[in-house]
Amino acid sequence: MFRLSPLTNEVAFWLGPIPITGAVVTTWGVMAAITAFCAISLRRPKVEPDGVQSLLEILIEAIAAQIEAVLRRDPWPFMPLIGTLFIFLVVANLSAIVPGLHPPTGHIETPAALAVIVFFSVHVMGISARGLGRYLRHYFEPNPLLLPLNVLSEITRIFSLMVRLFGNMMSHEIVIAIVMFLAGVLVPIPFMLLGLLIGILQAYIFTVLATVFVGAAVDATNAA
Amino acid sequence: MTIQMISVIGAAIAVSFGALAPAWGEGRALAAAMDAIARQPESAGTISRTLFVGLAMIETMAIYCLVIALLLLYANPFVGA
Repeated sequence: MFRLSPLTNEVAFWLGPIPITGAVVTTWGVMAAITAFCAISLRRPKVEPDGVQSLLEILIEAIAAQIEAVLRRDPWPFMPLIGTLFIFLVVANLSAIVPGLHPPTGHIETPAALAVIVFFSVHVMGISARGLGRYLRHYFEPNPLLLPLNVLSEITRIFSLMVRLFGNMMSHEIVIAIVMFLAGVLVPIPFMLLGLLIGILQAYIFTVLATVFVGAAVDATNAA
Repeated sequence: MTIQMISVIGAAIAVSFGALAPAWGEGRALAAAMDAIARQPESAGTISRTLFVGLAMIETMAIYCLVIALLLLYANPFVGA
């Protein structure tokens, strides 16, 4: 019924000994598209923005406002990580609307890579904000007995961050495939519209959870 | 019954119970959030953001069940490759 199992990956081509999958090619395409769009539309940035530039500024300001609402501190040091995550995830999740493309987040490798980035960024930001000693001490709070649970939660929350994004995007692809199999014409369109909502919502949730993790690392009193 | 047949039944059970309980939990969370917004419309922004994060947490349980069902169907460790 399905062309391939959702847990395996089709290899697009080989780069020497390294297999390059279709998801990786889509990721590169998404990155190139975002970079090219920003480079072209911001070629001559103006103080009084017009059109595309003001649209981008509204987007960035909205992301910054969201970060500030969660962290309750200056959002701009966290903007490179959080903003990039959100913009990349939205474009990657919505790449399914281009015929022939599958969202790279529907394969487990892309969410895993993003989750690893979040995992290391959280610790780096926490250490740089609070110092190594104070950062490590927060694992012993509120009681040193809870150290194993604190360490375990660092791993499980990142794992569930990965599985959530992967599971949602992949299950939606399977739903589309089943509906296409049952009735091919026009019937899948409402499901595809739902897919737009799911894609944006999952990008938002991934970003907000990454922000919450960063917030818990940089400021213990604000741990969520 | 072969292992494949048992795996299909197991996948169906995993998905059905994995849908049942999170749906109930999400319904309760949503009802509570609606109640809170109706009482305090000015804090709707904070409530919806927390609600989304919470719903994502709850939904993760359903996604775990789905992943286990898919493992049973496509990558069953008990069936030789």
